[in-house]
Amino acid sequence: MSIISMILVVIVAFFAGMEGILDEFQFHQPLVACTLIGLVTGNLIPCVILGGQLQFIALGWANIGAAVAPDAALASVASAIILVQGGQGVKGVGTAIAVAIPLAVAGLFLTMIARTLAVPIVHIMDKAAEEGSFRKIEIWQVIAICMQGLRITIPAAALLFIPSGVVRGVLESMPAWLTEGMTIGGGMVVAVGYAMVINMMASREVWPFFAIGFVIAAVTDLTLIALGALGISFGLIYLELKKGGSNNGGNGGNSNTGDPLDDVLNDY
Amino acid sequence: MAEEKIHLTKRDRLAVAWRSTFLQGSWNYERMQNGGWCYALIPAIKKLYKTKEARSAALKRHMEFFNTHPYLASPVLGVTLALEEERANGAPIDDTAVQGVKVGMMGPLAGVGDPVFWFTVRPILGALGASLAMSGNVLGPIIFFIAWNLIRWGFMWYTQEFGYRAGSKITDDLSGGLLQYVTSLASIMGMFVLGSLIERWVTIKFTPTVSSVKLSKGAYIEWDKLPSGAAGIKEALLQQKDGLSLTANKVTTLQDNLNSLIPGLAALLLTFLCMWLLKKKVSPIVIILGIFVVGVLGHVIGIL
Repeated sequence: MSIISMILVVIVAFFAGMEGILDEFQFHQPLVACTLIGLVTGNLIPCVILGGQLQFIALGWANIGAAVAPDAALASVASAIILVQGGQGVKGVGTAIAVAIPLAVAGLFLTMIARTLAVPIVHIMDKAAEEGSFRKIEIWQVIAICMQGLRITIPAAALLFIPSGVVRGVLESMPAWLTEGMTIGGGMVVAVGYAMVINMMASREVWPFFAIGFVIAAVTDLTLIALGALGISFGLIYLELKKGGSNNGGNGGNSNTGDPLDDVLNDY
Repeated sequence: MAEEKIHLTKRDRLAVAWRSTFLQGSWNYERMQNGGWCYALIPAIKKLYKTKEARSAALKRHMEFFNTHPYLASPVLGVTLALEEERANGAPIDDTAVQGVKVGMMGPLAGVGDPVFWFTVRPILGALGASLAMSGNVLGPIIFFIAWNLIRWGFMWYTQEFGYRAGSKITDDLSGGLLQYVTSLASIMGMFVLGSLIERWVTIKFTPTVSSVKLSKGAYIEWDKLPSGAAGIKEALLQQKDGLSLTANKVTTLQDNLNSLIPGLAALLLTFLCMWLLKKKVSPIVIILGIFVVGVLGHVIGIL
């Protein structure tokens, strides 16, 4: 890897680390972070594919309140670097994903450390507030953000200094049954992210929509955009009908207005 | 009043909105987003208060505990800007009123932001981008990145302005149906999309053969009886089009059996299992590692 590539990788890692806490531009999402690493190292396509697969695994990872999710930033940056260093191209994606998971855990602990280190920083900001010093608050805010950036930059830079021959040797010494099994596991592990999201959102009211979505997706001609359009239409229709329903209830017992099914049942 | 009123210009409000991008930068376990919140308000405080004492008091009052969804902080920032502006112009608004508004809004707003942004918009855009990316299409990440940031920035700026104009009245608007409507719509759409994502993208293939039936003569292509050369290929293709099997045996795998019930059933069951484990307080990391172990073991003994 050329020096310029290495510098750019470090910069990408810095942005991913910052975003791991800020959660605004989404530089830490695998889709973006892996693609950028691929772009600066000249391995665009394998890294895009890696990003896509990791993104599916990480779909449900979100920091809720004070809880910290597995860290997408370190997982995507480090596994993309390993993919590039391993030099196996698209074939190495399965292994890179398997490597990414323990990295996500390691990143989680690093985040918790960084969030603890931020406590003394806000104490310094308190003092600055006492003095009415805008500049000091601004500087310490920037320092805190840089600390989060370094959280990913340091491990990424360390990975760059491992000779690619060593990385390749380790990856190639992995037996086929292990890498194939890891790829199979990668296909299934996506379910965990979905399960996390469903546990957050599910209520009796919305389960039918889950069932409809599941069944309709089997019609393979429908693209994801088409499914999205169906989903939002179902939602709008349901909420509109629900609103109408409660209005009717308010009209006091006049139950068969505007409800064709009810009319049919009454005629029956 | 002889003095002219101080107003926050659009430029000031844009500066605050831009800085709120870095709201979580100094996220800490003690007072969470307080440092970033104070940092975001600095352009406004600079404009509104001129004496050192007033500035220091304003900074200190915004170093108090704050935590909400990072994008839903924008309407709270808007309201706070309105309150601080009134206060700087002499209205009797004390520290507890400002803090009260902040705390009162952050809880319910976080409850809207998490399902809408983290569990509906991001999974949908992420899945859209990822499904393109998996085939090596660079448009996947580009679409994800651009669409997300347009939505995010549009939302943050619009809601901050909304909060600024509504001022303290916003609490009435919020308790009205709009927020609830958006949240229910998001959760309906989210569940629908989740259902389809599980069908499409959780891949489990069981490989064991359930049965291997010898087909009767005439139900499969008899390769040794085809004419040689191109004519043979043509004949074979025609026969296949007529529904003849390519092999003499009809092989049914466990996967075929499951798919004939409903495609994706195994994926659905796996998801339910994960949900149940999560509810039992099993850490997601443990489940993820467990699934990898199952994948490797299953492959070694030949069922996956």
